[in-house]
Amino acid sequence: MFGAGGGTSSYEEIENTDLIILWGSNARESHPIFFHHVLKGIRSGARLMVVDPRRSTSAQFAHLWLGLDVGTDIALANAVGREIIAAGLVNHEFVQKATEHFDAYRESVEPFTLAVGEELTGVPQDAIQQLAHEYARAPRAQLCWTLGITEHHNAVDNVFALINLALLTGHVGRYGSGLNPVRGQNNVQGGGDMGALPNKFPGFQNVADAAVRARFEARWGRALPPKPGWHLSQMFEAMERGDLTALYVIGENPAQSEADAHRTEKLLTGLGHLVVQDMFMTRTAELADVVLPSTASWCEAEGTVTSSERRVQRVRQALEPPLGTKGDLEILSLLAARLGFPWGMPTAEEVWDECRSLSPMHSGMSYGRLEALKGIQWPCPDESHPGSQFLHGRLWDDPVGGPKAGFHPVQHEPPVDQLSDDYPIRLTTGRRLDSFNTGVQSGRFSSPLRRPETLNLCPEDMAALGVGEGEAVAIRSRRGRIEAPVHSDTTLRPGLAFMTFHFPDQVNTNLLTVDAWDPQSGTSEFKATAIAVERLASAESSEPHAIKVGV
Amino acid sequence: MAPPLQVKQLPERIVHATIDGQRVAVPEGTTILAACRSQAAEVPTLCFLETLAPVNVCRACVVEVEGSRALVPACSRPLETDMVVSTRSKRVDKSRRMVLEFLASSVDMSLAGPDVERWMEEYGVDPDRYGPKAAAGADLDARAGRHGPTVGAERATAAQPVKVDNDLYVRDYSRCILCYKCVEACGDQAQHTFALAVAGRGFDAHIATEFEVPLPESACVYCGNCVGVCPTGALMFKSEYDLRQANQWDESRQTVTDTICPYCGVGCTLELHVQDNAIVKVTSPMDHEVTSGHLCIKGRFGFEFVQQRPPAAEPR
Repeated sequence: MFGAGGGTSSYEEIENTDLIILWGSNARESHPIFFHHVLKGIRSGARLMVVDPRRSTSAQFAHLWLGLDVGTDIALANAVGREIIAAGLVNHEFVQKATEHFDAYRESVEPFTLAVGEELTGVPQDAIQQLAHEYARAPRAQLCWTLGITEHHNAVDNVFALINLALLTGHVGRYGSGLNPVRGQNNVQGGGDMGALPNKFPGFQNVADAAVRARFEARWGRALPPKPGWHLSQMFEAMERGDLTALYVIGENPAQSEADAHRTEKLLTGLGHLVVQDMFMTRTAELADVVLPSTASWCEAEGTVTSSERRVQRVRQALEPPLGTKGDLEILSLLAARLGFPWGMPTAEEVWDECRSLSPMHSGMSYGRLEALKGIQWPCPDESHPGSQFLHGRLWDDPVGGPKAGFHPVQHEPPVDQLSDDYPIRLTTGRRLDSFNTGVQSGRFSSPLRRPETLNLCPEDMAALGVGEGEAVAIRSRRGRIEAPVHSDTTLRPGLAFMTFHFPDQVNTNLLTVDAWDPQSGTSEFKATAIAVERLASAESSEPHAIKVGV
Repeated sequence: MAPPLQVKQLPERIVHATIDGQRVAVPEGTTILAACRSQAAEVPTLCFLETLAPVNVCRACVVEVEGSRALVPACSRPLETDMVVSTRSKRVDKSRRMVLEFLASSVDMSLAGPDVERWMEEYGVDPDRYGPKAAAGADLDARAGRHGPTVGAERATAAQPVKVDNDLYVRDYSRCILCYKCVEACGDQAQHTFALAVAGRGFDAHIATEFEVPLPESACVYCGNCVGVCPTGALMFKSEYDLRQANQWDESRQTVTDTICPYCGVGCTLELHVQDNAIVKVTSPMDHEVTSGHLCIKGRFGFEFVQQRPPAAEPR
């Protein structure tokens, strides 16, 4: 945010703050060790508020749970913002000095009274007010989110809505106060850092910036296109149009991880040429023309990854990879040679050093220093710099160093896949403690917690539908139909269902999900699907599955 | 509004005291143990761990403080101004010998590590002077920690079968010294799952799940953080246990490599213990500020996927 895509704070600051808000995050199960820091914070006196449609295991630790309706985050955030303004709790000194467009923001949230907030979100006015007042009054506060914010068609607007709250209250750029997206994969932050974004070079430098481009062109000896590329959702659209006919997939399983799996598979099969580089013969690999068996990057190769607190850390080779596999770097180098770019066979460290020479925020992070300091948080511009515990301290300089931070007024838009009489139940998806994404990795260890995929419903909905625990039902959305056993889940409420996508070979949840995606981030709206649940004609109740509630 | 707050601690007051005849100066609040360690004066500990709040149960760390009637637990007592501390004295040595003797006479401390082995020697520990071990009785097998009456000259022990009730870790309570580390790590010092507690009294005190149910029926979430802090091998990863049973566990053939967990984006450091090109155990460094040595089920046990790959087929 404010020009660099990363969380502003450190885990240590989560322990040293006064209020922690987890918004659209079930960190207890999805980021358990991050949640340890939250717990330490609570033990040191911080209060925890959880905003989540489910009364999740994280919410069960909270002082206050705001169980909003799926996809009403902006309405809630705007109501919080309006209440902070109406109650006179704005940090005017900060707003005046360090921000711009406050007036536009104030106007945009004006309609979101507490009553409107309650009506739109389902959260009682008192709870909205309490969150607003506590957040504004807290000496230090951390606002953290995960996919509950970003897996929506208006993901970026959702994030803006939260950033606006931090600007309103001055909860950014200070030790203990910040804005933190907690990342879902071990190097999703690093992927962004390294320019795996359609419009960025490594270090979040703009492809469109001629001066930046010139530096990369000088280093690489090639002219570089100034036009941004496509993000994932745009690639699928390009496949649909026939503009994208060849695809090279490294370490992803889009055939099962993408929303609207029917469409995804059709597009992948329709490609002229599909190359998949993976450790496993995934469903996507099965569709490929060429499969390049690769090594496990986290334990069979050298390199770095970046964590949610912007900490670049070393991954190291602990195992000899299986016969016939090659490291990602080796495969890319061999491929480059065949394409006429014989850049040799650089080591991971040599590649990193080149990156450091081009990305100022990584310049000071030699392998030696990464080892000695147990990772370094960017930005780290030179080898005497200790790394940055938190970002945007400049907003507190007098006068503000660099550009001011802008409010981004955003408006509430309900989920694309709307509820109707035909599809009356809201399905949201998420993770379980012992599983991960499509289960390619996590499905192979013997977890005593694991139970098969289920459609989780609250007991009230189960009674209304007349289904029992473990009974298989049909689940229909506007895109597909699947069957799954029902599981009673008291963290849900009437009209709200929950599934994971950990077991696509058993139940392919993503046949239901909607591929409506955010125009800026390209993330699909996995969190909001309208479904209908029906008993099967031959409704026979199978053996109830063991119920396991992890906390 | 306050200016950006960058400094966490207020200035500290310095405490001056004497340890083993040496003057020391440490920040106020420093424990005697930490002060001793800063002087390189060794104080044995069993229940103490840097990442957990002291529970004061093992009494191995007691030291003599001038003017104090009782010996003082160094792990939890802060050093005070002008305190005169002796880490070794006749009383201290005798107390430590008794602590170690009582423990070693009733439980199997053979996997408690080289430090404990050395202390046994140093303090002249002789567990056998309490008589030969009673054979593990049938009643012991039925319920953990319940010991039957012993016959005269024999000494009661905590001997009992190893509990193997899941594929991830085993519990061998015949090795348990009741240091509480597992309880603390499972509880409010780290994991906050509260699947374990101490049940029973006196010699019957033992670590238990709720109503002694097997782990898969308990609240356990298999983070393995109890195993990570266990000092005696009472809690052991199944991978290690199986290799030990097969007589194949060999630390001299193992390498330990630090890397980062392949799952979520928190960035936990994993120490991969590798023997014969297979991961046999996963730990995390206690002094790393991200994990403090703690992991979740995926980081701790989710590595199997790299070991379940056949050699890759020839590329098509």
